[in-house]
Amino acid sequence: MNILTRSIFSKPTLIRRLFSAETNEKIKDLVTKSKVVLFMKGVPEQPRCGFSNAVVQILRMHGVKYDAYNVLENEALRQGIKDFSNWPTIPQLYINGEFVGGCDILLNMHQNGELIETLEKVGINSALKQNNEPSK
Amino acid sequence: MLSNVSKTFLSNIRKCNYWNATIRQMSAEKPIENSIKNKMTTNLVPSYLDVMNESYMHNVPPESETHFKIVIVSEHFFNLPNLKRHQLIYNLLKDELQNGVHALSIVAKTSQEWDAMDKNIGPSPNCRGGFGK
Repeated sequence: MNILTRSIFSKPTLIRRLFSAETNEKIKDLVTKSKVVLFMKGVPEQPRCGFSNAVVQILRMHGVKYDAYNVLENEALRQGIKDFSNWPTIPQLYINGEFVGGCDILLNMHQNGELIETLEKVGINSALKQNNEPSK
Repeated sequence: MLSNVSKTFLSNIRKCNYWNATIRQMSAEKPIENSIKNKMTTNLVPSYLDVMNESYMHNVPPESETHFKIVIVSEHFFNLPNLKRHQLIYNLLKDELQNGVHALSIVAKTSQEWDAMDKNIGPSPNCRGGFGK
């Protein structure tokens, strides 16, 4: 390997930056296209990672409709979303264009009721909230 | 009956096995786990810290250091939302995350929150085969 190619390959951040501007624009479009957007491994019907599956199950319990993007099918997206959110792992959830967090955070929000509130703020009625109301 | 020579030979092999096992258990074999522990301890001065290697639950070779769970109690989290606590830890562990650590599950609490919560923290969800694909 000559010096030139070695120096290119040894600078992954440089290469990443070259095409990240375009990816960033695309991701910005994706996260604002729907109220709830999930970046995951696999698809909701067949998640390919336990953490992604946990998020899918939580969203299912709340009866939330969402866009899901499979990062395993798109390497640029897989790296791009990590840079975009400043978050090194998948899954990642966006609500109303804002980054909410990964599996741990969503599980937390689910357990302490925060998720119902967050969804309500953007006009989504959680199925769990409707179930709770008659008993109040 | 075994001759003296073969007895010594066998006992040497046993000693060898013993030392190999001991060396394997020593910190040198867990560079990433130790580096996570060090960084957490130095930067966040935790009153409680548990770093669990959960790699065995995933589709990786034995003794891998790819999947971790951190339970940490520190006053540095005071007044920080959960998202920021995670990002604080992710930033401290940037090198580890870029060099092999693939999943990091985090429970980050202040001592006040920690005292009030039940400490029953379950294992992270199992892998579904997506790793490395």
